[in-house]
This record gives sequence, structure tokens and C-alpha cells, in this order.
Amino acid sequence: MEALKIYERVKERFPDKVLEVSEKKPDPFAAVAADAIVAVGRLLHDDPETAMDCLSNQTGVDYKDRIEVVYHLFSYKHHHTCVLKVKLPRENPTVATVEEIWRAANWMEREIFDLLGVNFDGHSDMRRILMPEDWPGYPLRKDFVEPLEYHGISTVRESPILRLDQKKKHEHA
Amino acid sequence: MSLLNTIPDYVITTKTDELINWMRKSSLWYMLFGLACCAIELMHTGGPRSDIERFGATPRASARQSDLMIIAGTLTLKMALRTRLLYDQMPDPKYIISMGSCSNCGGLFQLAYSVCDGVDKVLPVDVYVPGCPPRPEALTEGLLKLQEKIMTERWLAREERPAQV
Amino acid sequence: MSTLRTEEMTLNMGPQHPSTHGVLRFVIKADGEVMREAIPDVGYLHRSIEKIAEKVGYHGFMPYTDRVDYVCAMFTNQGWGMACEKLANIEVPRRGEYCRVIAAEFNRLASHLLTVGLMGMDIGAMTPFLHALREREMINDLIEELCGARLTFNYMRIGGVAWDLPPGWREKALAYLDHLDPIINEFNSLFSYNKICVERLAKVAPISAEDAINYNLVGPNLRASGVNWDVRKNIPYSVYPEFDFEVPLGSGEWGIVGDAMDRYMMRIREMVQSSRILRQALKRMPEGPVLAKVVRNFKPPAGECQIRVESARGDQGWYVVSDGTAFPWRVHVRTGSFAAMGIIQKLSRGLMIADLVVLIASLDVIAPEIDR
Repeated sequence: MEALKIYERVKERFPDKVLEVSEKKPDPFAAVAADAIVAVGRLLHDDPETAMDCLSNQTGVDYKDRIEVVYHLFSYKHHHTCVLKVKLPRENPTVATVEEIWRAANWMEREIFDLLGVNFDGHSDMRRILMPEDWPGYPLRKDFVEPLEYHGISTVRESPILRLDQKKKHEHA
Repeated sequence: MSLLNTIPDYVITTKTDELINWMRKSSLWYMLFGLACCAIELMHTGGPRSDIERFGATPRASARQSDLMIIAGTLTLKMALRTRLLYDQMPDPKYIISMGSCSNCGGLFQLAYSVCDGVDKVLPVDVYVPGCPPRPEALTEGLLKLQEKIMTERWLAREERPAQV
Repeated sequence: MSTLRTEEMTLNMGPQHPSTHGVLRFVIKADGEVMREAIPDVGYLHRSIEKIAEKVGYHGFMPYTDRVDYVCAMFTNQGWGMACEKLANIEVPRRGEYCRVIAAEFNRLASHLLTVGLMGMDIGAMTPFLHALREREMINDLIEELCGARLTFNYMRIGGVAWDLPPGWREKALAYLDHLDPIINEFNSLFSYNKICVERLAKVAPISAEDAINYNLVGPNLRASGVNWDVRKNIPYSVYPEFDFEVPLGSGEWGIVGDAMDRYMMRIREMVQSSRILRQALKRMPEGPVLAKVVRNFKPPAGECQIRVESARGDQGWYVVSDGTAFPWRVHVRTGSFAAMGIIQKLSRGLMIADLVVLIASLDVIAPEIDR
């Protein structure tokens, strides 16, 4: 089944929750409202014609005015994919977890929380996964400023070009 | 006519310092501290073609049984604290070889936010081996340089140092 | 004996340990030798490669893709190249595609040799590791002649590969393949079918097909559980449709379908199939250029794309968002090892501590793929 037909099917069931369906090639996506993602996910998982039994990728992207969480779904039965997006505000971004549907989301959501600061409601184990537990800030955001030292180890760079870059960022922040 | 000419061939004369240094340099047991890509080259150096064990260096898993730490790979800030702990667990005399660009100076990850630029911000290094990753021959040369450095130590005539905290 | 007071121990299998799959840490709650749970703790090799992509640009990111998975670096190179080519609609010349496939399959051989050797070392036998390293050194020699580096290659470029095959390289490669095929049989009879290896590996931590799909396992781990999915056959890319090879599946002949022995034997069988592909590719190479014309100041049109590549550790997904400038807006790699770590906590209940090492080795996790 083509991705656009899958989005049509979702639109029939949830007409007001599908905000935007892009026509962009090569990978069209569908933007879904943040409070409906679990219901849409469960529909796509349980429906025998779509049968999206695998969450093959879940990422967060930081645009200047919003943070997006992107879900790439895949079906091993029918060999088709689709892309769902959820747009969240930059202050306190929160969305429900899809861990109950696809267990693979457990670690992927922890990574998005760690690097971008998105909270997932209902997650069983929401803590940092890649950065140390006491790291300040969310590194993958575009306005992230590195701390000047961590536990006594200074992060001032040796190379004078990089040091200049670091100083500029600290003066802006 | 010197007395030395009358000594037969199976007798060696040497200074005590040299004897101790020679014994110590010929059996440097290194701790397996492979962090990243250089770890694969470290394994190859101990492997069948360029065999570092012919110089006496055999890999040990525990810090308490080793006297050389070859830091192979990128040191992140999260790992740097644990590295200091492992270094403190090694018994004296201990040496460190920093292998690869990432542990010399941060390497190509100087742009990263989570990487400690060089292991010498945390530990005292004896020999730096450049490369990305250094070839097994390069690491072997690093080990030989360390052996030369050990031969120049004056172990018996050292001043008393307090135990490092 | 029922009046003995027993306690649960909390042990730390720290970031530095002799199991050589990289810096991973497990907090093990054990009741004697049997584990209640092993909680993984990762991030000791997080080098922020995804953020560096936003600073160095498209061409400059190619050496960083080597470090995402240094044991099989050609696949990450190929994934990044394919993602950029899909964004900008560039076509790679046929000889360039053949060079890519040859380099990639040699790298698959090297990666699987390291995995089976490390499985031996993790069980406690040093000799299979040295056997495997001896063969791997010869592949390193071949690749060094091709592109100059033994480990982190930076061989592929956006639009093809950097250099053509040197003269005389084809004959050397074919001679190496003739040398390797009986060595795999010898390795099997020495180690894989050895009674000790079978008893250590069979029936340990079986993964059912539904679990494997739900936890998003990929590659040999998924195929060992019986799911027939290989990106080279199902979503063909590059010139793989022109080659004739099989996809081995787990059969449970030593124990249960999807146990550690199945996952281990997948790699041995994939080595045989890689050798088949290489012979066909080396015989049929077309003539022509190896690199398409790509501008130095590469600015793909704004958009996003997703690419899947079958690497030695499974199906690697690349997701690239571009905003029309010379620097990508967001790059993300979804690797097989990251997903495999997610299932370890569930599988570790009831295993012995020695089996945990076998489990990690059979899932073939490697630290930089998890942490990037």
C-alpha cells in the first residue's frame, strides 16, 4: 500500500487529528496532533491491512520555532512504510509514549528526552541515556551552550579557532 | 692489566639500577583499555602478525595486575571520571601510553560537546602515539620508546614521594 | 538448607571489562550466579557525531561516518553517500556501484570474522580469536592497497568512490577468496561444531519472531529468529539485484529457533554468501568512471529522506533533513546495536552471569553504534 493511501485511511478514522499531509517526494509524511498519536499508532498497528508491526525509527528534530518528533513505521507483513510527525512547542514539549504498542520506543524515547528535552508521558523509565546524569541542558537543541567545565575537567579547546567560537557562544548566551 | 679481563664469559656485571630497569621493561603488562577504533588496532597489535607479546607485553583485564595503561580511543567526559579511578587502582610503578589522536588531543572530535580533549587533562602521560588509528608498527615503536624511557629511571636513588591521593 | 539466609547482590560490570564489545556498563542484580536482571548503562562513547554533522557539511561528514561503526565502516560510508544522492538526485556510475559493493562485502567478511573470533574469546578460548585475526589481517592488506587505510577508510564519496581498483588487485582478491573458503570449514570444525561451544551457546536466550520485530531487532539477529528480511533482497539498492545469493535463516537445529547458536551461525553462513557475491562482482566488473560529477559546494534542495543499508550488524537507517544550505539541518542514524541493547534487560532474567557475556557477543553489539 502506498504511504498516501495509508494517510487517507488514518484521515477517515480521525478526520480532525490529521493536521497536514505533505506531497513532498521522495518520502511523504503526515503531521498528527500530539494528543492523538497513541490512537493513530494503535490503529496502524492493529489494522490487518496496514499491520505496522515495527517502529523502525523515532527521532526528534529541533526547528527554530518548534520541536518535531518523527516516527518511521514499517510493516514486515506488507513491506510498506509510512512517516508520522508530531509538532510540539519549544517550551515544555510533551507527548504521550508509544511504548505500549512498540517496545522499541523505550530506548528511542529516552534518547530524545536526553538530547532534546521532550517529555514522554507514561514512560516507564524516563532518565538520561547517553549523557551523564548530572549534565546541564539538552545538547541537540540549536541554542545549546556548552558548560565551561565538568567535574573539574575544563572544556576550553586547545585550538585557538575553536576557542574563539566557544567564547562567542558564551557571550551570546 | 685489568681485573675485568680475568672474569669468565658466563658472568655479567651491571649496575643494580640497570638490572631492575631491564627486568621491568621486559615484562610490561598492559591493561585492556580499548575505548574506540584504536582498540581494534590494539587487538591487531597483540595479534598474530605484529605480536607485541614478544616484547613481554601481555594483556591483563584487571587494573590491579597491570603496570601499563594504553588508552586507545576517544575519552568522553562521562568516561574520564572512571579512567581516573582505574588509574588510581593500578599499583606503582605505572606508565601510560596515549594511543591515537583522540586521546592525544581530542582528534577529530574537538568539535564535540561531550569529548574530553586529550587524556592529559586527567592523567599524566608518558608516551604519545599519533595516528588515526596508528598502525600496529607505530604502537610497537611507542612501546619501545617507553622501554627506552624506563631504562633511564634511577629507581634506587629516587626521593621519597608521598602516596598519591 | 532452606534455613540459609540468602541476599541479592548488586554487581557492577563496569565500563572497562575484558569482553571486548566496547565500553558498556551493566548493573547486575544477581542471586548467586543466576541473574535477576541486568540493566545496561550506555553513553561512555557518546561523541556527538550527529551534532558535528551540522558543523562540517556534507562532504566533510564522510570521515565521521567511519567512526559510527568502525568495524564495518564501508556500510556507513555507503549509507551517507546514498542519503545525499537521494536528496540531490545524483546517479552513481555503474563501475562506482560495483566498487562500492566489492568494498562493502569485503568489509562484511572482515566484520563477521571479528565477531566469530570475539565470540571465542568471550567464551574463554583465545585461539579462535587469533585464527580469525590472521584472516582479517589479509583483508586489511587488500583494503589498504585499495584505499590507503586499514580501519577507518573514508573510501566512498558522494556520487561514487574515491579511487578505482589498482592494477592487479582483482587477481589478489580472487586468490584470497580461494584461500578463505576452506578456512571457514576448518574454523567450523575447530570451533563452531565443538561440543563445548555448542553447549555454551545452544538454548541460551532465545528470541521469538514477534519479540524480535517488536523490539526492532535487525540483521542477523532478526534472521536467526526466522524472519526473512534482508534489505539487499527486499528493498534492493545499488547493483545487488544482479547478483545471485541466498539469505540464511535460523533453524534451531542445535536447540531453539533464535537462540545464541543460531545468531552465531548466521554470521558464518553470511560469510559464505558474501564470498559468492564477491566472486560474481569481481568477474563482471564493467568499465567506466567511478565518481559522478558533484560540486564542491554541495547544496541539496530542502527536504528530508530516509535510506536503509544492510550493514553487517543489520539494517541501518539514515534520516537526513536538509534546509537548502551547505550544512545539514539534522542527521540521524538508527543502528542495529541500539535496538539490540533494548532487549537485553528483558532477556537477562534467569540467565547466569556467564551467559550474559554470550548474549552480548551473539547479539554483536558494538559501543559506537549505540552511542554515536
